[in-house]
Amino acid sequence: MNLAVVLFAAVAAVTATGAVGVAASRSMVRAGVWLLFTLVGVAGLYFLLGAEFLGAAQLIIYVGGTLVLVVFGVMITNQGPFAVLATKRIEWVIGGVLAAGLFALLMKASLDLAAPPPTAESPSPTLSELGTSFLGVEQGGKSYLLPFEIVSVHLLVVLVAAAYLARAKKKVDGLPRPGGEPAETTLPSGSRQTDPVQEARP
Amino acid sequence: MTELGLTPFLILAAFLFCCGVFCLATKRHAVGLLMGVELILNAANVNLVAAARYLPELRLEGQVFALMVVVLAAAEAAVALAIFLNFYNNHGSADVESAKELKG
Repeated sequence: MNLAVVLFAAVAAVTATGAVGVAASRSMVRAGVWLLFTLVGVAGLYFLLGAEFLGAAQLIIYVGGTLVLVVFGVMITNQGPFAVLATKRIEWVIGGVLAAGLFALLMKASLDLAAPPPTAESPSPTLSELGTSFLGVEQGGKSYLLPFEIVSVHLLVVLVAAAYLARAKKKVDGLPRPGGEPAETTLPSGSRQTDPVQEARP
Repeated sequence: MTELGLTPFLILAAFLFCCGVFCLATKRHAVGLLMGVELILNAANVNLVAAARYLPELRLEGQVFALMVVVLAAAEAAVALAIFLNFYNNHGSADVESAKELKG
């Protein structure tokens, strides 16, 4: 019983409790709070595994960014202060059986995996090693410039796409109204198409 | 870190993954599904970082790909929330059961 095992047990308990809370809580706000515990726990696991930069990135990006986004999503889309969407009992049963079966399978696979000897630990890559490998400097014959560039362009595309999708626009859609004509979206002929953001203003 | 092998991390990641799958199967709120996806991606990331620690041939790759997954997860959350907001504006509800336009 050394310090690493105790630390791992504590962090793993926090992480697993948070995950169970996310899965089991009916209120979305509570699920968000449980998700916070899980994400912080996973960051702790990264620190335990010697990946300090990844742990810091997890704290900044997930806990500081994604979780805030999720909480805003919950706040915007909630109908009432304590509104819950009830799930049918049969769905809980099916989901539980599915998750339990999957867990048993994965558990067996992890236990069957030949665990490498703990003495074969290699020093974790330093931050400069990670950074230079992203910038194309070969680290032992490997560089990750292309994935880095792809992720960068992907982020730009996602930024534009999210801004386009979530922009304010006039509420017209081509969907057929219940028992009525499809909504007309044609502009008066000859009128210039105006900025949708300006159109949204009354 | 001498007594701790790869297996405890793998089991914890499997547990996180199964919680995420359960979340995806039972939640009806669209943001709940997003939380399930976040759990699954975190489970995959724990696996990657543990492999980077314990397998010498994955020393760099594990952390590199874990960073990629973090970035892609953040991007996915942004786009998914934009879609959910549009969905909420059109339906007045975030219940994924009411997304039936594409049903055959």
